[in-house]
Amino acid sequence: MNAFRRPLPLAALIVLAALAALALGAPLIAAALGQDPTAADLLQRYQPPSAAHPLGTDEIGRDVLLRLLYGGRISLLVGLTAALIAAVIGAAIGVVAGYFGGRFDALLMRVTDGVIALPILPLLIVLAAVDLSKLGLPADIVQSETVSLYRIVAITALVGWTTVARLVRGATLALRAREFVRAAVALGARPLRVMVVHILPNAMSPIVVATALAVGQIILFESVLSFLGLGIQPPLPSWGNMLSNAQEVIWAAPMLAVYPGLLILFTVAACNLLGDALQEAFDPRRTMKR
Amino acid sequence: MIRYLVQRLAQGLVVIALMSFVIYGLIGLMPGDPIDLMISSNPRLTSADAERLRAVYGLDRPLVERYGSWAAAALGGDFGYSRGFSRPVLDVLGPRLANTAALMLSAFVLALTIGLPAGIVAAARPGGGVDTTINFLCFVAVSVPTFWLALLMIMLFSVTLGWLPASGISTPGAEGLLDTLTHLILPVATLAIVEAGAYARYMRAAMIEALRQDWVRTARAKGASGLRVVVAHALRNAMIPVVTIMALSLGGLFSGALITETMFAYPGMGKLIFDAVMGNDYNLALVALLFATVLTLAGNLLADLAYVALDLRISLGARAEAGTAR
Repeated sequence: MNAFRRPLPLAALIVLAALAALALGAPLIAAALGQDPTAADLLQRYQPPSAAHPLGTDEIGRDVLLRLLYGGRISLLVGLTAALIAAVIGAAIGVVAGYFGGRFDALLMRVTDGVIALPILPLLIVLAAVDLSKLGLPADIVQSETVSLYRIVAITALVGWTTVARLVRGATLALRAREFVRAAVALGARPLRVMVVHILPNAMSPIVVATALAVGQIILFESVLSFLGLGIQPPLPSWGNMLSNAQEVIWAAPMLAVYPGLLILFTVAACNLLGDALQEAFDPRRTMKR
Repeated sequence: MIRYLVQRLAQGLVVIALMSFVIYGLIGLMPGDPIDLMISSNPRLTSADAERLRAVYGLDRPLVERYGSWAAAALGGDFGYSRGFSRPVLDVLGPRLANTAALMLSAFVLALTIGLPAGIVAAARPGGGVDTTINFLCFVAVSVPTFWLALLMIMLFSVTLGWLPASGISTPGAEGLLDTLTHLILPVATLAIVEAGAYARYMRAAMIEALRQDWVRTARAKGASGLRVVVAHALRNAMIPVVTIMALSLGGLFSGALITETMFAYPGMGKLIFDAVMGNDYNLALVALLFATVLTLAGNLLADLAYVALDLRISLGARAEAGTAR
């Protein structure tokens, strides 16, 4: 694709692919180093970088590189899953609003505008603090180790759908007037079929762009919630909760506070660059402007 | 204009009523409830006492009913007591609101003074060296986690260099305007850096769009100077979308303020909400979050009015409407 002939978007793609490969290959790297990312060794605290520990060890003697890679698995998993769920919600709302139009459309779009204008982070903090057993979820789920993972995916998806909804609505409004859609309607296709088969496939480009941008946003939300102690719960590592440990030992080991932040920065910047590049690739009018 | 204003106000009130119900419901889902807390502080209470207390405080009634009585009291100006501060919620909120306003306003103004000129300069020659540099910096600014930036600022300016205080709003024993300002520098700078990146990107996109328009070409053709074309012709039109987007970014600005306040232990609304949620101070969390929402929506409304003032097409229509009404 043309978008990737320029150096920056290409670099973004390479960075993301490398991060994903490293995160996926984390168990292999752990085996190669002969280290266990969860094994604490109090005799090996704050070790400088060495052959056994390429980035040294943390405050309880765990290998920093492996923790970063396993944290990356979590952060990328949350970002991708939540962005995909958000894209599905947003596409559904957008296509329904655009297709049926009228008061229904006006109502849905007012709701969307309302959500966009809200101070999202305070709301996420309250959502993250909700006691799941009060929602009637069984105790074994509420107390399981991975519940923080599902919870963060659910709540970030809940606030991340607005951009997709607006873009899909716009695309639907334009597509609804096109001949092939009108022909399908005239042939007796039901609204659901028209929306799913004829409109959504032609509205994929804005969905892809908004989803790429949403991945970055959601990783930012995940990291700050985990940092505040409301997101991914230890012992599960994430870049956010690693930074919250690092803050407490910042005098003894300042580098522990640098690595996870740099990784978040690189990942989010790469997602943003990629989203921008895709937008230009899909929308020639905007490309001309550069 | 009046009709538009009334319509927007009515819409805003509906949204606020809806949001207050949603927030009320959410706060009710937070761990524990006031009766649990009473029981934990007084071991002699039995479960029968707990049931009686629930009935006395009306906690056994359905959600809608409880919300109704809370809303009625709130409309009468009674927002209840904060458990953590043992004071009326509004007394706690007042000073925090002023602190947050100081932080957000300074950061907003600083972000505008950096971001808008940067965006305009970048748009003057898209793809050039200056544009590429500004673009790169913007990408870093919008992608950096705010809390991490705050952490780095503290490490550099407070710990290593020792120039600026890392937390709080005043030095005990040395209070004064200068002291307050010194405490504001790091939080304001952190918040402004993040916001300036976003504003520069909006401004750049809007300016490039405006500079492509026919009237700009006409202005150049009739011999207007480059500066005059940019300022008088392109900038005024480019400001319209920028103002709208900035209005929508108010909620984001508040989210950023919450992070910076928490990182720098700055006693504002954001930190108050966070502490109230963490400390099970239901009433305080509820009212503070509601206040933050109302203020954000009010800001949006103001920006909408500014939009009308800036955009001749809309205000002319409104004036014509006002004319026929008279």
